[in-house]
Amino acid sequence: MDKRNIQLDQNNRLRHFLSIEGLKRQMLIDILDTAESLSNVTERTVKKVPLLRGKTVVNLFFEPSTRTRTTFELAAKRLSADVLNMNLAISATTKGETLLDTLRNIEAMQCDMFVVRHPNSGAAHFIAQHVAPHVSVINAGDGRHAHPTQAMLDMFTIRRVKGDFYKLRVAIVGDIMHSRVARSQIHALSTLGVEEIRVIAPRTLIPASAEALGVHVYNDMSQGLKDVDVVIMLRLQHERMSAALLPDEHEYYRLYGLTEDKLAVAKPDVMVMHPGPINRGVEIASSVADGPHSVILQQVTHGIPVRMAIMSMTMQSHMPITESA
Amino acid sequence: MRIQINNGHVIDPANRIDAVNNLAIDNVRIISVGQIPSGFSADREIDASGLIICPGLVDLYAHLREPGDEHKATIASETHAAARGGITTLCCPPDTQPIIDTPAVATLIYDLAQAAGMANVLPLGALTQQLAGEQLSTMHALKEAGCVGVTQASKPMQNNLILLRAMEYAATHNLTLFLRAEDNFLADQGCVHNGPVGTRLGLAGIPTAAETVAIATALALAEETGVKIHFAMLSTARAVRLIARARYNGLPVSASVSAHQLHLTDMDILDFDSRCHVRPPLRSQRDREGLREGIRDGTITAIASDHQPHEADAKIAPFSETAVGISSLETLLPLALQAGAETDLDLSTIIASLTTGPANILGIDAGTLTVGSTADICIFDPDSYWLLDKASMVSRGHNTPFLDWELKGEVRYTIFNGRCVYEKQA
Repeated sequence: MDKRNIQLDQNNRLRHFLSIEGLKRQMLIDILDTAESLSNVTERTVKKVPLLRGKTVVNLFFEPSTRTRTTFELAAKRLSADVLNMNLAISATTKGETLLDTLRNIEAMQCDMFVVRHPNSGAAHFIAQHVAPHVSVINAGDGRHAHPTQAMLDMFTIRRVKGDFYKLRVAIVGDIMHSRVARSQIHALSTLGVEEIRVIAPRTLIPASAEALGVHVYNDMSQGLKDVDVVIMLRLQHERMSAALLPDEHEYYRLYGLTEDKLAVAKPDVMVMHPGPINRGVEIASSVADGPHSVILQQVTHGIPVRMAIMSMTMQSHMPITESA
Repeated sequence: MRIQINNGHVIDPANRIDAVNNLAIDNVRIISVGQIPSGFSADREIDASGLIICPGLVDLYAHLREPGDEHKATIASETHAAARGGITTLCCPPDTQPIIDTPAVATLIYDLAQAAGMANVLPLGALTQQLAGEQLSTMHALKEAGCVGVTQASKPMQNNLILLRAMEYAATHNLTLFLRAEDNFLADQGCVHNGPVGTRLGLAGIPTAAETVAIATALALAEETGVKIHFAMLSTARAVRLIARARYNGLPVSASVSAHQLHLTDMDILDFDSRCHVRPPLRSQRDREGLREGIRDGTITAIASDHQPHEADAKIAPFSETAVGISSLETLLPLALQAGAETDLDLSTIIASLTTGPANILGIDAGTLTVGSTADICIFDPDSYWLLDKASMVSRGHNTPFLDWELKGEVRYTIFNGRCVYEKQA
């Protein structure tokens, strides 16, 4: 089997965007730089550029989502693409159609890009392996595996605030086990060369061999948050209580909820992030979420230029290489 | 039909034969190993110079899909594949449709296998009715109909009291219990080994304890009941140690491993290769070494195919949604030989694990070249390299990660019941 990175074309341009893993540092920097140059588009009166004019982007969402889908839709529209939203969580697949058949049907409608969210890890890879050559696939979250556009908008936010990655100590707090966001963040942070990545959670929420991801594991907030520059909080799903991973939300909040007290051991200029939607009083105190260290709303804003950058880069891979003078 | 096989290297572990010899077959029986009887005139002579002559392989665990899943494979199609693999006896688990929990289904399987005429097919009966884990199956009737053991196949047995009773009842009828050890609560929604690869890919893990807990439970119950247990398709090094200790303590237990577990690890799943989606899951390199060590020290006495042919669609989906299993009859011998070579095991130990080893577990008269026994023989070239490609696969299922691998050790002739059922075309 071809073990070559299917995300890249023969010229090593980004053809699909499925996972941060396997992408080189320069590719991530290119994405951040492109996003930076596109971010002023979103601040203009006419918020459009014609980079994807005449292209059709399909949002294939097999899982409910509002925020991610909306920002992908906005990003596509600002690139002048036509956008089709398909909510498949409740449609074709429940009628017994296979994922491949669903894919073939939508492909038959002459689309150029699939933005895919799916509950199964590996679904975006699977789709990328089976799409027609002219189609690009962007992973908008697959199971527990990856959510690479979220990670890139987080990196964009960190770079805007901190300027660089080298000296940073970053802590990711919460349900690492089930989090595709955390996995992608860890790969992005280590590729971009931060000094240290920590994960903080009770052992029930730490996946097997987590250290193999290149992180230091902490079970205690006061140790884990000590001297960190960035804290990324993860959303806690309510299902974790019924699966016997946690006793209840109160104990979780008491031990792992981010409060001003706990944050006091971090660097004075620590930035607090969260991929949203936040559970106030479960993983984060309102005073922190709305406080001076929080960049949670900037993250949402940054989602649009970052997704624009990724979409336009993958579409460019279908064009002949232009010699720059 | 009288067949004379000349100048082959005969390896017959049951009779401790390991030498260049001739072999004569008259009708369905082996009539001599060594000197060809004077006056014997063969209808056919096979020149086996440079080739190994060993007993036809005995495969402890192969899904043949019939009855019920004929869109995947049939007894006829898969026994043809078995013949290519040098296998002359196969056990099929009861999770067919209908389930082998009545004598009629066992009889049907015998009839279909006989009609195909390519290999012996020995059914394993269901341990409980409908494999539901609630009511005992009619084990005595199943045994009369030819079932060589009883098993829950891959279906869980949640109630240990029922497991205890089932063991007692199986022991009453001197039936071996085949156990695929997996605690289904610990396995939960997992689809890969609980380790770094599963963590990276975000695939839910099955911990080692899912296997060891089920084995420890069964061993404790075996001490109560004295039932013969065969732990089929081990995947972890710790399980090997548990069983080694139990055997040392005199419990009548045995163990087998699938050939692919001796080669693949969870690393082979990258990136989401559904052909490596198997149960038990591919585990760590340490586990793979532990399994190989288990063959060396005699804890594991059988290597089986765990053959699970699928239609192409069954493997075309996101990883966790794909069907489990590998189509593996045609790779059993070369993979076992290669594992043996890589661990410096002598050829007769590996051949024993494919012949007398499994035959002894089943308590059947097979897997030997004893004079007077049925002529089930595999003749292979131990030094021939060959490519496993889709076009030449005989099995209906092409789902194997070994596709396009160059394998060493190629079957040249398979003789079943005194007939040459497979011959490699030059």
